[in-house]
Amino acid sequence: MVSPRVEEFLENLYLRETEGDRCSRVGDEDNGTTQREAENAGYVVTGPDGKAQLTEAGRALGQRVLRRCRLAERLLHDVLLVRKDRTQSNACAFEHVLQDGLDNRICTLLGHPRVCPHGHPIPEGECCKRAGLDPLNEVSALCDGRPNQTGVVAYLSTRDHREIQKLMALGILPGSDIRLIRLFPSYVFELGHTQFTVDRSLAEKIIVHWRDREDDSSS
Amino acid sequence: MRHGPLVSGASLGVARESRAMPAIRRVLIVGNPNVGKSALFNRLTGRYATVSNYPGTTVEVARGRARLPGGVTAEVIDTPGLYSLLPITEEERVAADMLREQPAHVVLHVVDTKNLPRMLGLTLQLIEAQLPVVLVLNLYDEARELGIRVDVARLSERLGIPVVITVSTTGEGFPALLRTLASPVPISSLTVEYGTIIETAIRRIAERLGNGHHPLSARTRAALLLQGDEPERIRLARQRGEGDAADILHIVAETRARLNHSPHYYATLALRARVEEILGECFFTAPRAAQRWRRLADRLCMSPLTGFPIMAAILYFGLYGFVGRIGAGVVVDWLEDRVFEAHFIPWADYAVRRFTPALLHDLFVGEYGMLTLGLRYAVAIILPVVGAFFLMFAILEDSGYLPRLAMLADRAFKPLGLNGRAVIPMALGFGCDTMATLVTRTLETRRERILCTLLLALAIPCSAQLGVILALLSSHPGGLLLWVGVVASVFFAVGRLGAVLLPGDDPMFYMELPPLRWPLPGNVLVKTYTRMVWYFREILPMFLLASVLIWAGQITHVFALTLRAMTPALRLLGLPPESGVAFLFGFFRRDYGAAGLYDLQEKGLLTGNQLTVAAITLTLFLPCVAQLLVMHKERGWRMTAAISGVVLTTAFTVGWTVHQVLQWTGIFL
Repeated sequence: MVSPRVEEFLENLYLRETEGDRCSRVGDEDNGTTQREAENAGYVVTGPDGKAQLTEAGRALGQRVLRRCRLAERLLHDVLLVRKDRTQSNACAFEHVLQDGLDNRICTLLGHPRVCPHGHPIPEGECCKRAGLDPLNEVSALCDGRPNQTGVVAYLSTRDHREIQKLMALGILPGSDIRLIRLFPSYVFELGHTQFTVDRSLAEKIIVHWRDREDDSSS
Repeated sequence: MRHGPLVSGASLGVARESRAMPAIRRVLIVGNPNVGKSALFNRLTGRYATVSNYPGTTVEVARGRARLPGGVTAEVIDTPGLYSLLPITEEERVAADMLREQPAHVVLHVVDTKNLPRMLGLTLQLIEAQLPVVLVLNLYDEARELGIRVDVARLSERLGIPVVITVSTTGEGFPALLRTLASPVPISSLTVEYGTIIETAIRRIAERLGNGHHPLSARTRAALLLQGDEPERIRLARQRGEGDAADILHIVAETRARLNHSPHYYATLALRARVEEILGECFFTAPRAAQRWRRLADRLCMSPLTGFPIMAAILYFGLYGFVGRIGAGVVVDWLEDRVFEAHFIPWADYAVRRFTPALLHDLFVGEYGMLTLGLRYAVAIILPVVGAFFLMFAILEDSGYLPRLAMLADRAFKPLGLNGRAVIPMALGFGCDTMATLVTRTLETRRERILCTLLLALAIPCSAQLGVILALLSSHPGGLLLWVGVVASVFFAVGRLGAVLLPGDDPMFYMELPPLRWPLPGNVLVKTYTRMVWYFREILPMFLLASVLIWAGQITHVFALTLRAMTPALRLLGLPPESGVAFLFGFFRRDYGAAGLYDLQEKGLLTGNQLTVAAITLTLFLPCVAQLLVMHKERGWRMTAAISGVVLTTAFTVGWTVHQVLQWTGIFL
């Protein structure tokens, strides 16, 4: 296992390789020790100009670290409702904690997001490739579900006090069982034994963790 | 009995009895919309208030008396629907206020049994407020049908309050309910644990509030303040002065800053967790599907493929067929010809001429007399039409169809700055725009209420007007088509423009869809009757007043002058000066105007083109006096003046344009 410092070093190199210098974090606080540590682990080689270049393994690790970082940002922003300008500093600490496997689970929870809150791309993981084949068993907004799909409300993606209050007054809380009934002309879903209808602006704020596959007995 | 372990709570209850309680036993009914509160109220009191599936119809508060065992009489008050102690809508605010301002011996929390998990949170809130709560598991038959079972004794024990099972439509469980209402209700000591941060804040605020004389516990008031309840904050500032209030609000702000979500969010989650923990022991569900017909009917109503045809069929057969043909046709003809023309008018004419001075003859039995026109219109024309409409509307309301209509219509109303909820006042407007203007109250924001009021005043013809105009244009199919097209276009164009010009956010749409139920004939009839009585009481004086004004206007020649002043405007529309009468009287009653046109057509004074232009302008023209008065009451005179200005301008401009286009293209309708 490599130190957080090395992880960050590799992440920066990877970023510079793929996205150029626009990321402010690619400052070269490079000291020889980090580079040497990375080189010993086989993640970089030192080029003729003395600068570090990623090896295959280094590139893979750098990409994974970046993925964790941006997933962490999404998690902080979408679920924990941390303000966008604060997500990055928090995520920097987070990225070293999310060990392999955990990032995939967070990725699934969030519905395999493609970009971070700032709009930068999130590298794909194994789980995203699988999700492409089977769109179920993931998290997405109510408006992206399918009729007769059931699930559990994962969270409400809004900070608007009034919106939250309305949704909660109807009993739409994280943890509530929910069944989508129809998408058009308005969104209709069942909660317990009551049906509700909402428009798109509310439906896209109810984030649901969908169940695997609904045995469609009714139709 | 079943509330054994509550001795401490019960003693607390006795202490509270000494507060400013009314001498007579008072019972306050609270609960979500659609749980059968009104039906329960009716069965308790034997007096009728509107029973409805439509969330928000019970805006007005109903009161009645109930006879309890032991010869005790109780005052029963039905409050508007309440989802949580933290109100969002106007109705909820009313209900929450009543809990504070109407100290009750019993607070009857009525819930829909099958939805207990969603509704028990409010029970816990009421218990925490130290109110004398009795939980009523209503609609128990529907729950049974779904295979749900509740361990009532265990639930009562866990909550520390009496719990009763009822079916208000059949009366099941009512003897037990009456017994419970007659005996003292223990105050439960149950509390909900909201987590350290919120609990600390609640304790600090509650200490400052003190345990003074207040219907709600300090803990509850603290929790409400913490959750940003505006009414409670205003009350705090009023009762404690700005200084004390600022100190408490500082704690609120401090706590909010420490939490990622609002305190309300965490409080609701904690409440729900507690509900689940309690119900885990006493609420048992069996997976069993809803009745087949219900699911099928539901799908047919909501799927666009079948839903829109069903909507069209209901509008056609219900509005046109039943209200138009039977109400406005058969019944009106019979009342007019058989009752008024044949018997009442000759008799009244004879009596008035015989017993009053000549000056007053016209007032009573002249062309626009109080008896010949005012009373005859109110009784023979408006009442049957409106009655038929109310009957139709009550059936739709009680069947649970209206919210589904709202769901279908939401997308169509969005461009107009309204949402699906507006379909209710709009549909009602085809019956009576005056009543519909009152019902705009159920819309959520001021912006929606203004937009809806404007559209009602401008482009929704009421049933009386609709009846006459349909009869008028029936001989000119092209004119009828043009009339529908123009009025509908104006409706959407002005609505869209209003939505763009009026500042504010477009409304969100969310609504409960109560299960489709067979309407109970008794409920439908009594509801129709209550509304007809209400309508008649409101409207008859307006008619008589209109007759008097017309009479006075004619005697003083004010009308003649006004008519002369209108002639140039009418000429621009290509209408003969005689049609001015229709417009002038149209202001007193929309249908007076249309009826005036009818007379002109009978005399052969109008061509098809003129008739169409007149019908369009008249439909868009100023609403009747009654509607104007209600607009003033609901929106204030400034807004009423603004809306009237828009309506007048639009009506004239559109009428003129149609006239010009018809003339230019040389079309004859």
